[in-house]
Amino acid sequence: MAKIKFTLNDEIRTVEVEPNEILLDVLRDKLGMKSPKCGCDRGDCGACAVLLNGKSVRSCLVFAIEVEGQEVRTLEGISQPKLTQLQEAFIEFNSFQCGYCAPGVIISATELLEKNPHPNLEEIKEALSGNLCRCTGYTPIFDAILDVTKRRKK
Amino acid sequence: MNKYKYIGKKEIRIDGREKVSGAAIYGDDIDFGANLLYAEIVSSTQAHAIIKKIDTKAAEQVEGVYKVFTGKDFPYKFGLYMKDRYIFAQDKVRFVGEQVAAVIGRTPQAAKKGAQLVKVDYEPLPAVTNQMDALKKDSVLLHPELGEYPHVPWFFPKAGTNIAHWRKTRKGDLEKGFREADLVFEDEYHVPRYAHCAIETHVAIGKYDLSGRLTVWSSSQSPHTQRHLFAEALAPMGLTHKNIRVIAPHVGGGFGGKAGVTMEILPAALATKLPGYAVKLRWTREQEFVNTYQRLGVVAKLKVGVKKDGTITALDHKIYWDAGAYVEYGANVVNAVGLSAIGPYRIPNVSIDSVCVYTNLPPGGAYRGFGYSEMLFGLESHMTRIAKKLGMDEVKFRLKNAIKEGDSTAYGAEMNPSGLIECIEKVAKEIDWGKSIKSKDPRKAIGKGFAIFWKAPAMPPNASSSAFLKFNEDGSINLIISGMDIGQGYQTVMAQIAAEVLSVPPSKIRVETPDTDRNPYEWQTVASHITWGSGNAVKRAALDAREQILSLVERVFTISKDQLYLEDEAVKCTTRQNFHLPLKDFVVNGIMTEDGTFKGGPINARGMFLPEFSSANSDPETSQGGHPNVHYTVGAGALTLEIDKETGKMHVLKAVEAIDAGQAINPDLINGQITGGLLQGLATVLYEDMRYDEKGKLLNPNFTDYKIPTAMDVPDEIVPIIVEVPQPDGPFGARGIGEHTMLPAAPMIANAVEDALGIRIKSMPITAEKVALALINNSKKRKK
Repeated sequence: MAKIKFTLNDEIRTVEVEPNEILLDVLRDKLGMKSPKCGCDRGDCGACAVLLNGKSVRSCLVFAIEVEGQEVRTLEGISQPKLTQLQEAFIEFNSFQCGYCAPGVIISATELLEKNPHPNLEEIKEALSGNLCRCTGYTPIFDAILDVTKRRKK
Repeated sequence: MNKYKYIGKKEIRIDGREKVSGAAIYGDDIDFGANLLYAEIVSSTQAHAIIKKIDTKAAEQVEGVYKVFTGKDFPYKFGLYMKDRYIFAQDKVRFVGEQVAAVIGRTPQAAKKGAQLVKVDYEPLPAVTNQMDALKKDSVLLHPELGEYPHVPWFFPKAGTNIAHWRKTRKGDLEKGFREADLVFEDEYHVPRYAHCAIETHVAIGKYDLSGRLTVWSSSQSPHTQRHLFAEALAPMGLTHKNIRVIAPHVGGGFGGKAGVTMEILPAALATKLPGYAVKLRWTREQEFVNTYQRLGVVAKLKVGVKKDGTITALDHKIYWDAGAYVEYGANVVNAVGLSAIGPYRIPNVSIDSVCVYTNLPPGGAYRGFGYSEMLFGLESHMTRIAKKLGMDEVKFRLKNAIKEGDSTAYGAEMNPSGLIECIEKVAKEIDWGKSIKSKDPRKAIGKGFAIFWKAPAMPPNASSSAFLKFNEDGSINLIISGMDIGQGYQTVMAQIAAEVLSVPPSKIRVETPDTDRNPYEWQTVASHITWGSGNAVKRAALDAREQILSLVERVFTISKDQLYLEDEAVKCTTRQNFHLPLKDFVVNGIMTEDGTFKGGPINARGMFLPEFSSANSDPETSQGGHPNVHYTVGAGALTLEIDKETGKMHVLKAVEAIDAGQAINPDLINGQITGGLLQGLATVLYEDMRYDEKGKLLNPNFTDYKIPTAMDVPDEIVPIIVEVPQPDGPFGARGIGEHTMLPAAPMIANAVEDALGIRIKSMPITAEKVALALINNSKKRKK
């Protein structure tokens, strides 16, 4: 066991981890952040995405010990103090069905809009291509993101 | 004009905020504290073998391993429609991946380590991994005891064979029908197995407390059916329905895969041997691929007779299903299609044989579409080909033969009201049918494909739904029901139905995920019956509440109920314009009268629905006589497909789908079903495919090798069309549409490929590789 210290959703947290423990399990089981989901155990589905220093990573492919001294943000962090314009658009557009992929999709879309406030459809598709959604056919997710970028232009 | 206030409107999903904020709780998100144990399953490495010995000693010695269980600990059978499964394999295993033993650990790591050390000695038996081989006389038998298995009365297993069920449907005079035909056309179509691929894998947690009560938290479409099957299977341990509780949190996708009972029986049974603990079992993605229900594989032999004018005179449809090692649920897929394999056509002379065959592959079961996708791939490919052979436009051919209200189905019952013709016409118009498109790129060809579809809910005739509805002090409502919102928007739609009756906005109605101790009975969230069945129950509950409210106001104010109505969260009166009694003023605390006494009290209502006209009784040789299907939902689809002639790579430029929803309760959610379901269907035809080796081992149990669509794979344009020919016994005329949205995808692609390239592909999936190879073969033939 090693003690690691890092910033999680703007709060400094310390936690004991085994060297082979993955970030996903530590976030969920030791730090109470349940929004990152496990869908494939091997980095295929993107449901476990979190922001590491502002960049999306699959938390099932990151050892917890690697985030020592860094900044991690999960959907719980994004949702406070209130839901973002992007999240409100996802609600308005009925973008998600079962909702299991939503945390990962929102992480990817948040990262996209940080880097590129006015992406076109192709850029949105590219940015979300690592997040599998089995329910929606993706279109209502694209529509919500496009709507946000349109409203931001005004 | 919309005559309703909340029905037929886009309403924001009432579970939207929960899901988008990360607040929604799924099975694996629930904390159980220090008393949680973890189960790891030891799976069969053999497709068919006798278990000679299981050595658990080494596993038991691993630090952190609490106990190890094998089939000996649970010699109990279970199953939904036929009891052909054991909780753990007993003397035999019948597929690779079947559960043989469980190691219970204090940590997941300990359980996993222990499971790797369990040694199972097998004596291999011949394995049969193909339904056509399993039908041969000399095939090995999977279930020599088949004749003794309890099953529902509408199954007809053939003891001494691998045929678990044979649905025969006969109508008219088949030979006469073929004699009358000017053209008789026969061919064969193949469909492989498919995986649901909900992003959440199955998870269930069982807890057996020291008072003898079993609670199971389960990612499930079927909490009440699970409780019932647990009670049946675990009855020898003294468990009853009263002492079993199933709690179903949010479900991360179902698609039929979380219907009935599969792996959930394991933590439920294991918990009974671990009193005082909770025990969790979560499938890895690989286990999810290997040991849950899969979509059944199909070999279909079709023979259709038509007259020169395009009238279909006869259909002979033989469908052989690769149903897997256990068919307790899958045999009903076979049954459903055996009743409906005429497709949405009016055909006077019919013979259908739908044959459920045991194979040494994982159990087949419910998958969105319940067998109709598999059946329609052949049928709708065949219909296009026949129309071409007749020199008739295929849309005109379909319009001519499309089934209409009052026509007789294959089993003799009357067809319900349907907007099939309207669907066909609207789709043809939207896709600009008859006008071919040429690609500007000489390497690419563009084709159009068309298909029509139907599907009925497959359910026992007494499948029922119920609802409780209670008012709160502020006039808001808790609607307490037991269907599952597996993403389709069930909770929102049910809230809209109650909202319409009571004139309370859906945003003031809370619907929670169910708990079988507190929520009233619901059969299962399957069969696309829930908008219809549960919707009827909710509507009746709301009408019950309305009746209680109006009766109370009548009694207190001596105004006749006939003059009272509900509007904008208040009771109003047709004869007294200023009469305005807000619901919040009295629905819990009653109405104060002049002497200071109160009348009334909390409004608690209930509703129930069971389709009393449905019956599964019929002649086993013909299927005539019963009313097994409550109604059909119909529709049509078409697409424009661009194909790279060098690589075979395909891209959908435009897809159109029309569906008759009876009455759209929430059109936005229906559009969501069409967009999502269509892509799921397109994936089954364009790239998904479960590949097994000859020993029955799945070769692609992960998302790297079993490709599901990404954001890059979406058609350029999808046009959803909602048609509304009301279902007379549906809530506000509604019928279900969830599964149907993926039904036309495969034949549309097959038909578009032929339209573009002149190549007919008769086996799914129609991959780029297959198309490219067919093109090469064709050009070789031409050169000869």
